[in-house]
Amino acid sequence: MSDQNPIICQEFVEEVTVYLEGKLSEAEARWTDEHLAQCEHCRAYLDQMRSTIAALHGLSEPGVDPALRGRILSQLP
Amino acid sequence: MVEALRRGDPDAYARLVDELTPALLRLAMAHVPSRAVAEEVVQDTWVGVINGIDRFEGRSALRTWIFGIMLNIARTRGKREKRTLPFSSFRRRAEEGSDEPAVDPDRFQGRRDDQPGAWASPPAAWHEPERKLATNEARRVMLEAIAALPPRQRDVIVLRDVQGYSAEDARNALDISQTNQRVLLHRARSKVRAALEETLDMEALSI
Repeated sequence: MSDQNPIICQEFVEEVTVYLEGKLSEAEARWTDEHLAQCEHCRAYLDQMRSTIAALHGLSEPGVDPALRGRILSQLP
Repeated sequence: MVEALRRGDPDAYARLVDELTPALLRLAMAHVPSRAVAEEVVQDTWVGVINGIDRFEGRSALRTWIFGIMLNIARTRGKREKRTLPFSSFRRRAEEGSDEPAVDPDRFQGRRDDQPGAWASPPAAWHEPERKLATNEARRVMLEAIAALPPRQRDVIVLRDVQGYSAEDARNALDISQTNQRVLLHRARSKVRAALEETLDMEALSI
């Protein structure tokens, strides 16, 4: 059965975002999960992608400086 | 909301400012060389909103319209200050629709190998990624990788992954299709991952 699996590693790295967004078709998602179950390298790649996304979210620190907020709010006539 | 803004309702204005300013600022910072300039861009954006709200026709979402004002101002300022930008603008031409693989094709087996398309040079498992990716070095690598992206990829990854916008909100803010949003996000994420892999010693037990 898994011999029929059309997902290969080079395709997985192009589909990883669609996979993470939950936008693969049911069949594609199943093939992808099967592929991941047998391919530690693609699992590592997926983990790297997840870590990257989490780290990017950690960049969002710059809060809005209250002085800037004040200047913006005072622009209203 | 639009009606309240037209009336000059200060509470409605403050709510909208608080909701959108963090993302506007982050996105502006990806277009201009410094935080100070980005703050000016955002401040000018809200002047544009106040002055333009009577002409806003509601053909786009309010959010899309406001981000559009900001991007116009940021691009104008960015052009003026281009010489100081840490990345070169010729990359912009190498842009957005072109078919760039997420991973160097040389890292996969070729047609003559046993398993074409399978990893030849596979990624290594990252060790303690949360800790290593929170270092200043990692932040620098990520910010530089984002700065080097074509503008639309940069806009999408900043809104989606840095600011945490949903796919729907990001595509509305940038006025792009769902598919386009996903393709741009994919290219951008793939490049940031590659930059981290290339630059940091993510496999080492400690950094």
